[in-house]
Amino acid sequence: MSAPLVAPQRPGAELWRRLRTGEMSALPITAALVLIWIVFQSLNGSFLSSDNLVNLTQQSAATGVIALGVVLTLHLGQIDLSVGAVSGLAAAIVAVGAVRIGWPLALAVAAALAAGVLIGLLYGAVHTRLGVPSFVFTLAGLLVVGGLQLRVLGSTGSVNLPFQSWLVRFCQTSFLPPLLSWLVVAAVVALYAGSRLQDRARRHRAELSAPSLASVLARVAVLAAVLATAVAYLGTNRGVGAVFALFVALVALTDLALRRTRWGRFVRAVGGDAEAARRAGVPVRRVLVTVFAACSTLAALGGVLAVGRLAAANQASGAVDVTLTAVAAAVIGGTSMYGGRGSAWSALLGILIIQSISTGLTLLNLDQSVRYAVTGIVLAIAVVIDALQRRAREQ
Amino acid sequence: MSTVPARTPVLSLRGVSRSFGAARALLGIDLDIHAHEVVAVVGDTGAGKSTLVGVLSGALQPDEGQVLVDDAPVTLTDPAAARALGIAAVFQDLALCANLDVVENLFLGQEPVRGGLLDEVAMEKEAWKLLGQLAARVPSVRIPVAGLSGGQRRAVAIARSLLGEPRVILLDEPTASLGLTQIAEFLTLVERLRARGHAVLITSHSLSDLQAVADRIVVLRLGRTNGEFDADRVTYEDLLAAMTGVAR
Repeated sequence: MSAPLVAPQRPGAELWRRLRTGEMSALPITAALVLIWIVFQSLNGSFLSSDNLVNLTQQSAATGVIALGVVLTLHLGQIDLSVGAVSGLAAAIVAVGAVRIGWPLALAVAAALAAGVLIGLLYGAVHTRLGVPSFVFTLAGLLVVGGLQLRVLGSTGSVNLPFQSWLVRFCQTSFLPPLLSWLVVAAVVALYAGSRLQDRARRHRAELSAPSLASVLARVAVLAAVLATAVAYLGTNRGVGAVFALFVALVALTDLALRRTRWGRFVRAVGGDAEAARRAGVPVRRVLVTVFAACSTLAALGGVLAVGRLAAANQASGAVDVTLTAVAAAVIGGTSMYGGRGSAWSALLGILIIQSISTGLTLLNLDQSVRYAVTGIVLAIAVVIDALQRRAREQ
Repeated sequence: MSTVPARTPVLSLRGVSRSFGAARALLGIDLDIHAHEVVAVVGDTGAGKSTLVGVLSGALQPDEGQVLVDDAPVTLTDPAAARALGIAAVFQDLALCANLDVVENLFLGQEPVRGGLLDEVAMEKEAWKLLGQLAARVPSVRIPVAGLSGGQRRAVAIARSLLGEPRVILLDEPTASLGLTQIAEFLTLVERLRARGHAVLITSHSLSDLQAVADRIVVLRLGRTNGEFDADRVTYEDLLAAMTGVAR
């Protein structure tokens, strides 16, 4: 019996194949983000100021969390068009519960998140039991949830949160103390390096191909450099916002769940081929329901963060705009609309690209119309790239 | 390679019938499959081959008759029950997720976990071992199955069926979508399965593909067994006559 033949491949050809088929999507998207930053910096010198970048990160968090939920549904080849409405309902529940009814704020937040869980479970049940396409029933959900939001808000239509409440302080004025942010960076780099080295040692022991020590150290160095630069530069202003740190932590956790747990593997399998996954023994229905529930819950959390950031909930909270931005961020960030492909990090990259374009154009005194048009064009480019990569994979 | 009649069959059917509404797909089928043996089931379209695989794999339940494992009657309620008894099936469409890589497909639904996270190292090691035993050539176990040829995908699907060392492997129309060289590769693979001691059942609507590798050839026609032949001695004309029902 001969050993399996490993076809020799030129490293350049392999890199090109991975780029073309979208197996390596984070690199070109990061490059696009850097390009956008360079362009805006050259047009307006204050774009890359630490003040502006701190604002940019703080503004990204709420919609970014919603986009993270969209990334999960896109992984299944499904979509939830009601995420904006769910975030608006969550905002209304927090504001009305805490201010009008006088619940403790924590209870109001819990109620808002519970509403998100319930809506997601309902979507999951409708989809798995009745087989209705998700874009139709979440569109219906958008209207129903939007109506609920108006009903919760009542006749005045706008409720303000007191500025001294912990939610507003958390979302507006809480920043990681410098010492803490450096400790977090050190811990993350140490954990990453430790797990990589341990993995490498296990692969050696199992006589599998293992990355060279140099490449492992290079990856660790790049991660350390990126994190240290970000923390140091943001630190010259107010620092890393608590709400942005929460967003990045959620992205990292979701990434771990998608790549390294059985649940994550099931999600990608169902998104790739639900029937094949079912025959392999994957509990397809449970996977669908948990993903819809996670998406709606993240949308509700995004709404909670938005109400904290604005210190108010009104009828415009979570407007259609929010849904579109969240879906656009997920796709621009590199998660395929065809299911089974993507990364949690696309929520972070995508929302940073959209926010950068938005703030950059605002700094240039260009109005909403230009912002819509430019964001739309970037989305169109992302969708075309997604379609081309899909075609390359099928060849 | 002729069969030894005295051995106890691993898997048997006794008088099995199965209907779909008014259509009778299988009628009173008797069949034995032994270890170290390749049984080819040939027949025209609609002869009942896929229904037969369905009954053997637990995907379908017979209306009448018995399924026996080691001469003891069993009830195969679903494919999982069949797997538990050591019967694995590879269906015609392979049921692989094209977006997952080879390792991910091999272990889908039965991933080993270490400290709450997937044990990729153990999976990858086992994957190379399985593919090596089949001498299956794949460029890497870490590329998506979408990037593999039809023959390579079939090898992955067969390797997946080998997880947990089943005693019986059922291959439904494995040569249907393959080119000539791929069929040759596939036949070598089947010989390796036999050498490993598995009992192998292969269905096909093509006469010529399987004669080289099969020990016995069972002909199905309109849901009934229409002859059972020693693959070394039977002629093409005999088989064709049995398949089509035309007298020679």
